[in-house]
Amino acid sequence: MLLDQLKERFGADIVAAESAHGEETIAIARERALDVMRALRDEPAFVFDFLTDLTAVDWPARTPRFDVVYHLHSIGRGHRLRIKVAAGEPGPSVTSVTALWKSADWLERECYDMFGIVFEGHPDLRRILMYDSFEGHPLRKDYPVNLRQPIVPETDPILNPLRHSR
Amino acid sequence: MALPARWSKNAEVTDSTEEVMEIQMGPSHPASHGTIKFNLKLDGERIIDCDIEVGYLHRGFEKMCEQGTWTQCFPYTDRLNYASPCINNVGFALAVERLLGVIAPERCQYARVIMSEVHRLADHLTCLGMAAGEVGAQSVMFYMMEAREFLYDLVEAVTGARLTVTWCRVGGITRDLPADLGARIALAFSHLDGILSDCDKLLSRNRVFIDRMADIGVMAAEEAISYGLSGPLLRASGVAYDVRKAHPYLVYDRFEFEVPTGSKGDNYDRFNVRFQEMYESRKIIEQAMRSLPEGPIALDDPRIVLPPKERVYSSIEGLMNHFKLIMEGIKVPAGEVYQAVEGSNGELGFYVVSDGSGRPYRVRVRPPCFLGMGALSRMLAGHMIADIVATFGMINMIGGECDR
Repeated sequence: MLLDQLKERFGADIVAAESAHGEETIAIARERALDVMRALRDEPAFVFDFLTDLTAVDWPARTPRFDVVYHLHSIGRGHRLRIKVAAGEPGPSVTSVTALWKSADWLERECYDMFGIVFEGHPDLRRILMYDSFEGHPLRKDYPVNLRQPIVPETDPILNPLRHSR
Repeated sequence: MALPARWSKNAEVTDSTEEVMEIQMGPSHPASHGTIKFNLKLDGERIIDCDIEVGYLHRGFEKMCEQGTWTQCFPYTDRLNYASPCINNVGFALAVERLLGVIAPERCQYARVIMSEVHRLADHLTCLGMAAGEVGAQSVMFYMMEAREFLYDLVEAVTGARLTVTWCRVGGITRDLPADLGARIALAFSHLDGILSDCDKLLSRNRVFIDRMADIGVMAAEEAISYGLSGPLLRASGVAYDVRKAHPYLVYDRFEFEVPTGSKGDNYDRFNVRFQEMYESRKIIEQAMRSLPEGPIALDDPRIVLPPKERVYSSIEGLMNHFKLIMEGIKVPAGEVYQAVEGSNGELGFYVVSDGSGRPYRVRVRPPCFLGMGALSRMLAGHMIADIVATFGMINMIGGECDR
């Protein structure tokens, strides 16, 4: 039912739609993602005011390689929706949704950290779980699970303060 | 030497020193129970800006889950929010069961509800006890730790472990509830009631405590939703969103319980919401114990659940069954599912993707306290350094879950 409403409203913006295990999923083109999500948040028929989660899935054999996966939720109406936006190599990137939901700030930073996907327009895109000099993006499928990282030279926090400062 | 004018007693609290001091608090600070670093910009003791660094406890949970079978993920989920491991176990089991299209037996669902609520009680006791201790109410901390011990005795009787329980399996649980569980719960609750009543008297109308908690870290409802807060943090802001009510899982729709909410969204509301929730959890456990059905505790499906040990050691079919499940894992059909459960800190979500092999393709956890930490710098802006500890305590950041 939600899917029909979405198809009627967004038409060609929806690249693919699927309903499985009681969950609705739509795929949107990268260029249209921000506009569609803004409409989903603001329009009274949807009111997806809660960005539950934002993550990515790596499909190395596929082009485009990454799916950025958004889980939206409407607190008032109680419906959920999964949105996928594909991002390809080289330099995978999608548009940031930090302007729509504040929770996107840290979630996009984590996604960037783990997958190396750049969120265009993010105000402060830097690593969050790993340290700055970490090489690579650990949740990519081609990152070996037992890879050792180079030793980071010790820095003096007094002489070199606020390495992360914004 | 004369004191500067701003040190005089008549100085207004809003007067600015016009100087910004940068201080790094943490990562190992005795007042923050968890490894976390605050990069503070201060005007005197007032916080102008606060940049929070998390990740010190990152173990690569999501990466590790991709290496083994689905069942081998359970010990990792224990170590997410280690104050309430059963809830994590249940969330992951439910996600995989939905992908498989199976539903665990009735008795197992009741047992999962009971243990989830026991762990919610234990988690709230930990959170409130530690937070109270950090603002000076040491005795409350020890009382609550004592109450938690009685609950941990229950957990030990049911799961055989106190902390890392690894109690759930896909399609069931590892062992049945002990026959004398009712008596054990009654005993634990008789102790718990006394302690909660004492702590309520010590804190809820305590002037010092209220001064430290009220009007600190205020978050309006709309902003809390935008920051993705959930659980007690969101409910303290007045939004009655509880996954157990909004999207009931297991058998939660059969029990009567309230969803306590606050009005202002400050630390005192957060404290009260957690405190009231403990009484609701207690109600749920009692209702579940009264209507606990008899029956099997795991599915009878050789593709999913390990055969009993007698069959493994006495028949070739049982041995092969065991071998296939251990070596190849459960063959979960390709697909994806997002399963949310109400963790003690908020909406704990498991987004699992399977490619049809015996191993998870992707396991993503939606960690409630990670988003709480994302909102922390907004909550702290304009408050004093001492408020960091109180606000941080109310978010109840658990390193294992936040950093994964």
